[in-house]
Amino acid sequence: MSNHVTVDRLQFALTVTFHYLFPILTMGLALLLAYLKTVAYLGGERRRLPLLRKTAQERATYDDAALFWARIFAVNFAVGVVTGVVLEFQFGTNWAQFSNFSGGVIGQTLAMEGTFAFFLESTFLAAFIAGRHRIGPRWHWIAALLVFAGSWVSGFFIIVTNAWMQHPVAYALHGGRAQLNSFWGLLGNPWAFWQYTHNMSGAVVTGAFVLAGTGALYTLLGRHEAFSRVCLKVGVVAALIFTTLQIFPTGDQHARRVARYQPSAFAAMEGLFPSARGAPLTIIGNPDTERRTLESTIEMPKVLSFLTSRRWNAQVRGLDDIPTDRWPDSVPLVYYAYHIMVGLGTILWAIAVIGAFLLWRGTLFRSTRMLWALMLAWPLTYIANIAGWTVAETGRQPWVVFGLQRTAAGASPASSVPAGTGLFTLLGFAGLYLLIGMLYVLLTVRIVARGPTAAEASEPSAAEPAPAEPTSAART
Amino acid sequence: MATVFFIIVAFMITSYVVLDGFDLGVGALSRLLDRGERDEATELIGPIWDGNEVWLIAGGGVLFLAFPRAYASAFSGLYFGMILVLWLLIGRGLGIELRRQFENPLWRTACDTVFWLSSAALAMVFGVALGNVVRGVPLGPDGYFHLALFDILNWYALLIGLFGLVVLTAHGASFLAWRAADPLAQRARGWARRLWWGKLVLALGCAGPTYAVRSELFTHFADHPWRLAFPVLALGALGAESAWQRAGRWSQAFAASGAFIAGLLTTMAAGLYPYILPAHEHRPYGLTVANAATGHHALGIALVWWSIAIPLAVIYFIVVYRLLFRARPATPRLP
Ligand code: HDD
Ligand code: HEM
Ligand code: HEM
Repeated sequence: MSNHVTVDRLQFALTVTFHYLFPILTMGLALLLAYLKTVAYLGGERRRLPLLRKTAQERATYDDAALFWARIFAVNFAVGVVTGVVLEFQFGTNWAQFSNFSGGVIGQTLAMEGTFAFFLESTFLAAFIAGRHRIGPRWHWIAALLVFAGSWVSGFFIIVTNAWMQHPVAYALHGGRAQLNSFWGLLGNPWAFWQYTHNMSGAVVTGAFVLAGTGALYTLLGRHEAFSRVCLKVGVVAALIFTTLQIFPTGDQHARRVARYQPSAFAAMEGLFPSARGAPLTIIGNPDTERRTLESTIEMPKVLSFLTSRRWNAQVRGLDDIPTDRWPDSVPLVYYAYHIMVGLGTILWAIAVIGAFLLWRGTLFRSTRMLWALMLAWPLTYIANIAGWTVAETGRQPWVVFGLQRTAAGASPASSVPAGTGLFTLLGFAGLYLLIGMLYVLLTVRIVARGPTAAEASEPSAAEPAPAEPTSAART
Repeated sequence: MATVFFIIVAFMITSYVVLDGFDLGVGALSRLLDRGERDEATELIGPIWDGNEVWLIAGGGVLFLAFPRAYASAFSGLYFGMILVLWLLIGRGLGIELRRQFENPLWRTACDTVFWLSSAALAMVFGVALGNVVRGVPLGPDGYFHLALFDILNWYALLIGLFGLVVLTAHGASFLAWRAADPLAQRARGWARRLWWGKLVLALGCAGPTYAVRSELFTHFADHPWRLAFPVLALGALGAESAWQRAGRWSQAFAASGAFIAGLLTTMAAGLYPYILPAHEHRPYGLTVANAATGHHALGIALVWWSIAIPLAVIYFIVVYRLLFRARPATPRLP
């Protein structure tokens, strides 16, 4: 593969991976923030729904928690926005032939993301961040719901875009370019539904573990008790729900779509060389592309066949039956990334189950060991999410649009973006992102170090419910 | 249908420049403000700049959707210019969002400097990009081209870049003149008045060079006289702005400043049509509305949802602006 294509790929991999670190938390936290605000706003002592039956004191704690997380959200969102703009431009700058080829189809969803989701999200986030005292409690709650809606709609359109690259549908080729011929076909891409649910659930897993981890940290330090309990409770319950959804049904169903539509990627994920009836599921093993074997140490007979087609003896296609020029460039990368994701998914689920059990028994807030585990678990969720995308994107190779356009044919022509130019900007992005990453860590650590009460203190009027009218009358 | 999308893209880019233009202008002016004033000014634009910037993203998206060839060709051909825009957008976004995170004078100064430089540079670079489009680019038969950094910065594009900087700075001054509290508003009014002359001089001064690089632009207007409505709008707005400035009606003056920008951009679009990315004058291979557009079906569908989404977006803007600006800031904040 020629140099300029490699540089373009590295640059895109860097910028998209870096960008995605931020939406994970935005989308996950947006759901949890909407929940916190809903309890704070709608809750009451005589509500029939147990989730909403809260005393005024408890509701105030929920509101404080929302305030605290909104500060983290704001910093996270800012970085997500500036790095997201980069990606949209890069379709044109580095992937010009890909854009030319597929713009007629995926331009649709990218433009819809901008017009439907980003306007909604960015305008109401401004209102939300401005604070309850400025826009009133009712609008503050509505703004939280709309920010949540905006970020999840945005996730939907971008996933539909990606799903089309994974499994192109609803198009016809005209003059060497793909053109849309069914709008609903594009939105209803069979790949997209499970990819979307799996991906969003992955984001909530991150949000949940970040919430629980922060609660655990404060509890271990003996600070901010009421706040920590809310974070731990909401975090652990959400973690249990969404790690479960992550594995079943979404992970399982998504895997079956991959097996059906991208057999080459699937065989690489599983490290399967000879096609087999009753294929085993490998838990631990090393793929060897030279000798075309998987040196496995632990495997479960026939399970893979069952998982893919619900029949113990079903045929699963291996890499030996696929021409090597259609193999992913790096089979081991796909294989290991996939096993890391699944392995971490299992570990996270186990942590969530134990945490929820202790919560139910009422011993969670005292169990030092569990609190340590929760405090340290959240980075694993990021690793799992990034590993998942690595599987998806490198598993799709050598295609940029699966089966239609090869990655090498999608890059900008070497005459307009030579390798040297690309290398220069790649280094520029690397330096810039290093700086941004350090700033981000610095700022979030500081917000966490200050804790929820400081968040409150910096917005003086938040403590009282907007007495604007009466006081100004009193003054005159 | 492709023509409809030409209009839509022009509309969205115009909205972007008019809306984000004033916060870029405020950024470009921020160097002249003292600390308290800078806090006041950034507080005014702080909550809304991102919403304004979404017009760029959405406009880019619609360009990608409707004219993928033009998108691919322009973005890869102007590679350095585009990446520069990205770096500046990153610096600007972080500068304004993060400045309040630390109560440390050094931190503030660093953020404010980044914000100022990147805002001013962006105002300029957008002008440079438009200048290159008007001048035309060296498109090859495959529909791609390559302009090295110093070819992007040719004399004509730099002139338009300067024009862009002045126009957007004036727009920012008008915004402050209208929204800020005194003494900042007073100073902004002085700048707005002075920059008005700069706009007038440059508007007239750019006409000749534009004729030199693309005389077609003028013959198009001669062939389709109704298109003269756009330059007339621009000049009318410029005149009205001056009148309103003198009458001290700053909200109207700000609106007129926006209308002037809209007039300029639509003049350009009307002069270029049917080209969306022209080659150098009298060269073949220019990308037109016809040869760069995607299929009919896609455009038809997009028109439907676009007509739903944009009114919705306008509603969000109105609701949120009302929530945030219910009251005019009465007194300047104590430093
Ligand atoms: C918290 C994160 C997380 C966790 C714990 C898991 N996943 Fe995942 N997975 C993702 C986060 C993720 C992701 C980042 O969201 C991906 C990348 C693309 C996508 O849509 O979702 C993904 C993709 C992805 C794919 C598609 C790969 C492709 O497109 O080629 C499959 C088959 C699975 N996952 C299956 C699973 C299974 C069986 C899991 C069981 C434990 C699992 N994932 C846990
Ligand atoms: C959903 C939106 C996404 C779209 C439309 C998208 C699109 C692309 C494109 C166009 C390329 C370059 C062509 C190629 O190398 O095949 C690419 C490569 C890549 N993307 Fe994605 N991507 C998306 C999400 C992600 C995310 C969230 C990650 C995060 C980890 C990611 C990781 C990568 C990597 C690692 C590569 C390089 C793969 C390689 O060249 O081997 N992608 N993607
Ligand atoms: C290559 C693909 C991608 C492109 C072109 C892209 C584009 C963008 C752009 C332009 C923004 C800024 C919006 C603003 O100004 O408000 C943004 C932010 C965002 N993106 Fe991406 N993005 C990509 C990948 C992803 C993926 C894979 C997801 C998740 C599924 C995602 C979810 C979001 C969300 C939720 C935001 C809001 C800001 C934030 O959360 O940080 N994006 N993206």
